[in-house]
Amino acid sequence: MRIGLFIPCYIDAFFPEVGIATLELLERLGHEVVYPRDQTCCGQPMANSGFNADAAGTEALFVRNFSGFDYVVAPSGSCVHHVRDNLDAIEQTDQVKEVRSRTYELVEFLHDIEKVDAFPWAKFPHRVGLHNSCGTLRRLKHALPSELNEPFFSKPIDLLSKVEGIEFVKPARPDECCGFGGTFSVFEEVVSTKMGYDKVSDHAQAGAEYIVSADSSCLMHQQGCAERIGVPMKFIHIAQILNGASA
Amino acid sequence: MSTVREQTDDGAMLHPEQRAEGDPDAIIRDGRRLDHAEGTSKPLRAHPEPQPRGAKVHGNRPVDQQEAAARFIAAPEHEKMHDERLWDLRQKRDREMHGIPEWEELRSLASAIKEHTLTHLDEYLDQFEANASANGIHVHWARDAAEHNQIVHAILRDNGVKSLIKSKSMLTEECGFRHYMASVGIEVIETDLGERIQQLDNEDPSHVVVPAVHKLRTDVAAVFSRTIGTDPNNSDVHYLAEAQREATRPLILNADAGMTGGNFMVAETGTFVVCTNEGNADLSANVPKLHIASIGIEKIIPRLEHLAVFVRLLSRSALGSPITQYTSHFRGPRAGGEMHVVLVDNGRSERLGLAEFWTSLKCIRCGACMNTCPVYRRSGGLSYGATYSGPIGLIIDPTFNARKYSNLPYASSLNGSCSNVCPVKINIHEQIYAWRRVLVEQHEVPLAKRAAMKAAGVLLSRPAAYRAAIAAADTALAHLPRFVIYNGLNAWGKHREVPHPPKETFHSWDHANRGAKR
Ligand code: SF4
Repeated sequence: MRIGLFIPCYIDAFFPEVGIATLELLERLGHEVVYPRDQTCCGQPMANSGFNADAAGTEALFVRNFSGFDYVVAPSGSCVHHVRDNLDAIEQTDQVKEVRSRTYELVEFLHDIEKVDAFPWAKFPHRVGLHNSCGTLRRLKHALPSELNEPFFSKPIDLLSKVEGIEFVKPARPDECCGFGGTFSVFEEVVSTKMGYDKVSDHAQAGAEYIVSADSSCLMHQQGCAERIGVPMKFIHIAQILNGASA
Repeated sequence: MSTVREQTDDGAMLHPEQRAEGDPDAIIRDGRRLDHAEGTSKPLRAHPEPQPRGAKVHGNRPVDQQEAAARFIAAPEHEKMHDERLWDLRQKRDREMHGIPEWEELRSLASAIKEHTLTHLDEYLDQFEANASANGIHVHWARDAAEHNQIVHAILRDNGVKSLIKSKSMLTEECGFRHYMASVGIEVIETDLGERIQQLDNEDPSHVVVPAVHKLRTDVAAVFSRTIGTDPNNSDVHYLAEAQREATRPLILNADAGMTGGNFMVAETGTFVVCTNEGNADLSANVPKLHIASIGIEKIIPRLEHLAVFVRLLSRSALGSPITQYTSHFRGPRAGGEMHVVLVDNGRSERLGLAEFWTSLKCIRCGACMNTCPVYRRSGGLSYGATYSGPIGLIIDPTFNARKYSNLPYASSLNGSCSNVCPVKINIHEQIYAWRRVLVEQHEVPLAKRAAMKAAGVLLSRPAAYRAAIAAADTALAHLPRFVIYNGLNAWGKHREVPHPPKETFHSWDHANRGAKR
């Protein structure tokens, strides 16, 4: 398949290794992966803050960059949530609708579309705490949120369980938001960082060596919080583990 | 949280007051510490942490929720207690939920009943009025808060009422009822323990179900010692509850009128239902001869059988208990008495006309969205500076005053847990998101935010300019997307570290490693 790779701004600027892992993983699975070089962002920061009109130019650029692929894949749940559920500052032409419906978050893509059943190259002999970002958990429905009385499922755990040596720990409040929340992280920074401190402490108490997530933005925030209060924790994106990162 | 009950050996519940004299477990009211776990616990410390107060409200100016939240967080004993107490309610709710296999169906059913009723509101309200009148209830209609207060005042005046006992009601808070009564010289006595604490402390309730949940027991001890003369150093909860009970009983017995809210009105029977845990609503309604109930028009349901759905959901969602201690049905005045119901609109019919927000009227005020909200738990309900706090507050406060509450929809990480716990399935987090758009369109959002977002929008829609901005940067801070450093204050780095800039961006790695193919 011909896949358009969307690497959101945080990952581009701060976590290139996450972009690289995603690209390599998709290539390993036999896909032609194209990174459109004019990409910037999906429009979420503006739209999430209520400035939908200011998101229009960015959204139009996104659609231009990502038209014509079999799938668009991004290692970021919150951006995919925006594209799929909220990218509506521009006219909803067939082209726009097409791009929106073909955009997938990496875990979903591997689990639902690709149905990968093994990652023979991957080995991660560590204790990890899984952080489902709220966008992946409650919007993209990666897993059952603890608030609902429905049968349990978890796509990231399904995938990670196929990695040799991995061990999961369970924090006391597995679904609690870590406090990133996009522009919330700066508009309401005191509450945001308190949530972050509590999140990383909860994982540390549960015995995690690593916090793993499908969202680098949450990890960036949590890492900043952990470093500030001196919690010794490592952070890794799920793409890196699935692509065979050793530590 | 009120009555003291203990288990006796044969399993019967015996009120400590009924114990024999000399029983060491009996209630002692002389200010000495009690001889049980809570009573023998050491005071927290010699100088208890002072209670952080709520948002500073200046008329119509936008409430700064974040400022008040920061002060709450700066009081770690309060913040921790508050977070843990409410999280405990959330966990109890989860346990109750898991005991009901049809839970999700119940939620859908509750939502459907409410949506049906709200879209036929006029019919059901007329039906209620006719049936309630036939039962002997006087039914009044109040367009807004002022009209509500005047109607109640007129009833009280006609009956020569000097003192009024009342149970907890968010609607009367919304109407500023206590302040109004103070201005016309009628004494109001709140009978719900938490609400009474708040009244004595001259502070609004911070939560729709547990109004004083933001207070430590040492805070309550301070309030009671100031107002009803308890020992300021005794913060034993049983001692405090008992002291309040002793102080309030005579007031209840001597009151001229009683007032309650109402959780549900049933159209087909013309009755209304009040759900409480302390029995105080029943005292308020039944001790004096005159009973007035103020009820929001959205509280109506068509038939008695629908009540079962809501009763199963309400207390499980609110406190994680299967049912409230009291579910009292009021049908009409007792012999020689008088009963009034004031049906209050106060912005509700206007809200019903808002395409994106009308379903907020389904709310049954269970507080589950507040208990689960990670922002609310860490900010305290008073930080919102509004009658309704937490997630439900974010979506209904702006309907009362868009300017004053323009910051509130931003006090959310949009995590969506609120919508999942809501027993009537209000899409709370989507309405928070929608409010942000509306407030921006109505120009209620500060200029700094506006300028930052416009700049971000321009930069992110121009790839060349964006790349130049990223490439020219040589420090981590300058690397940050513009919206992160929008106000020059670097809100990111105040309480957390900035990310470490890598050797190269993904963009340049891709150029170097896959460039040939592109
Ligand atoms: S919005 Fe839903 S969860 Fe929140 S108080 Fe109302 S009914 Fe309860």
